[in-house]
Amino acid sequence: MDFIGAYAPAHLKFLLEGFAVTLKVAFISILFSFAIGIVIGVLRYSRIPFVSHILAIGVETIRNLPLLLIIFFTYFALPEIGFKLDKFYAAILALVIFESAMLSEIVRSGLNSIEKGQIEAARSSGLTYTQTLWHIVLPQALRRMVPPIVGQFISLLKDTSLAVVIALPELMNHAQIINGRNVNYVIPIFLLVAIMYFIVNYSLSLISRRLEHKHL
Amino acid sequence: MLNYSILIEHWDMYTQGFANTLKASVLALIGSLAIGTVMAVFRIAPIRPLNWIGAAYVEFIRNIPLILIVFVFFVGLPAIGIRFDSFTAGTLGLTVYTAAFIAEVIRAGILSVPKGQMEAARSSGLTYLQAMWYIILPQAIKIVIPPMGNQFINLVKNSSVLGVIAGLDLMYFGDLISSETFVTFDVYIFVAIFYLLLTIPLSLGVGALERRLARSR
Amino acid sequence: MKLKNIWRKMMGLGLVAMLSATALVGCSSETTTGSKENETKKTEKQASESTLDKIKERGKFVVGVKYDLNLFGLKNPQTGEVEGFDIDIAKGLAKKILGDENKIELKEVTSKTRIPMLNNGEIDAIIATMTITEERKKEVDFSDVYFMAGQSLLVKKDSNINGIADVNKKGVTVLTAKGSTSAQNIRAKAPEATVLEFENYAEAFTALKAGQGDALTTDNALLFGMAKQDPNFRVVDETFSEEPYGIAVRKGDKELLDVINEYLKEIKANGEYDKIYEKWIGEKPKQ
Repeated sequence: MDFIGAYAPAHLKFLLEGFAVTLKVAFISILFSFAIGIVIGVLRYSRIPFVSHILAIGVETIRNLPLLLIIFFTYFALPEIGFKLDKFYAAILALVIFESAMLSEIVRSGLNSIEKGQIEAARSSGLTYTQTLWHIVLPQALRRMVPPIVGQFISLLKDTSLAVVIALPELMNHAQIINGRNVNYVIPIFLLVAIMYFIVNYSLSLISRRLEHKHL
Repeated sequence: MLNYSILIEHWDMYTQGFANTLKASVLALIGSLAIGTVMAVFRIAPIRPLNWIGAAYVEFIRNIPLILIVFVFFVGLPAIGIRFDSFTAGTLGLTVYTAAFIAEVIRAGILSVPKGQMEAARSSGLTYLQAMWYIILPQAIKIVIPPMGNQFINLVKNSSVLGVIAGLDLMYFGDLISSETFVTFDVYIFVAIFYLLLTIPLSLGVGALERRLARSR
Repeated sequence: MKLKNIWRKMMGLGLVAMLSATALVGCSSETTTGSKENETKKTEKQASESTLDKIKERGKFVVGVKYDLNLFGLKNPQTGEVEGFDIDIAKGLAKKILGDENKIELKEVTSKTRIPMLNNGEIDAIIATMTITEERKKEVDFSDVYFMAGQSLLVKKDSNINGIADVNKKGVTVLTAKGSTSAQNIRAKAPEATVLEFENYAEAFTALKAGQGDALTTDNALLFGMAKQDPNFRVVDETFSEEPYGIAVRKGDKELLDVINEYLKEIKANGEYDKIYEKWIGEKPKQ
């Protein structure tokens, strides 16, 4: 093992560049997944006939597939039917598809956790269904959803590493490039990469725990 | 329409991959149940150093990517002379990763059993381990079965990382078929169907269990 | 904000498709008039669709190269630069097309991703140790041969494998990359061996170093680069296939292909090719 050679300044810089891509992809993906997840979650909660059935089938299918397969799909299979994306967008699209499905389930169960009595009370005081949903149910549910949503974000950040299979220049890809230089770098580099992921993800989980205590 | 001749021509590869995916998932489930239970008990045992080990394991592993752990087993450990073939390395990586999540599920289950029961068991003369084994764990198991089912579904999906290290699973063979035939869309759709054959029944089962548990409460 | 870009691109693609459709219709009606003026207009219009013009318009030649192959295309983590035989060829082409060898953008491809990336429009051409095969000719158009390689085996220094016959045995594991011709060749020529395929050669070589296989197979040109990187490995003498490398462009990109072939002829005539060859391979090319 060669810690000194592995941790050469140029290598560290190279890893940080990779991590910047990881964070960027993860951040863009979570923004879109969050928005889409809320829409799907609310639509399924509202039990609009037909729409919610179609969504249920879609969400269940995606939730039951490996993310890796979805990444291969958006990158290798979509061009075959004329939908062409470069690897950056293909990775984001795959993550958004997968995480939207996961987040929509969090949103739906968050909404379901609001007592029905509140909804009835709001409706009987003259609010429409949409008003009730928007002003009464959603704000409360969102607060309860904070911990699982942060948990999902942590998953997403970790899952970004799967884009190594399409050679997206993120952290794992850069780590593997350095590892290719010398076998003695492998363990030190993996250790450092693990610590990088750990620091960010653990901080996120600490924040989430603090929020949880505040609200419950 | 889908090109079924690809499925028929490569049937052996699909089924071999499917069998290995199933095998890796089951082996990793057994292994991670064992490690996970130990870590969960570590975290709540009244011995400080054990608490630390349990917490360190769970927090560290949960916050790093699975593929990194798999790479460590596949190309990291051989650097210090410990070597596993691709399937074993992948399955071990899956085991270590999943164990951290299972530990949390089991811990939550144990903590949901009222504290008084442990005290009562202890005061009736059982040791800590006996009380845990005969009184607390059996009750905890009932509560943890649905979340455990979810972990198993995740495990089946996560086993696809074996494909990255040539682990001979469904993902690996699917990918191989697509790069040999230059057909991607249809090949991956068939791969997806094979995964769904495993995960959908599991999901339905977990859902049914959850509903039953909700009623019995 | 990123999605907006995607949308814009998609709208752009739609517009491009519509425009080219109308242009085609327009052209066919114009040619009926047969006037000289219309003829020149027509060629102008068609040229504005071509990859070569797109390259000139954006002032950058986007090439797919390998990042994990010593001597041909290797990203140096120390400098962040990608270097190798293929890169020098790409730079020379950029100079020919745009007058400046730095007007180039390199993108990482693997054996598996390169054809999808080319057909995606992500890259203008593939210069990535790509063997010309009949199968691939259905997907892309190839230039003339720019490098002649042959498939061989990379083994541990003290290994007793010396040729294809030594790996055609049960229990021998041979590593290679997905989507490469090497994988198909080795399956055909050593049916007894277990073949494991990885996402790219870097992963395969890392696996070989980790003792996950007995040999790594691909073209000798690449294997020499790996052996140079890690002196614990050697390349066996025997080659068991001919692998002519070509530069790939999208089907029908004739203009770009002509420029590439012209460039290859030029550098072979003026000695530039020999210089690049010697710089990376360490010897003069065999005639």
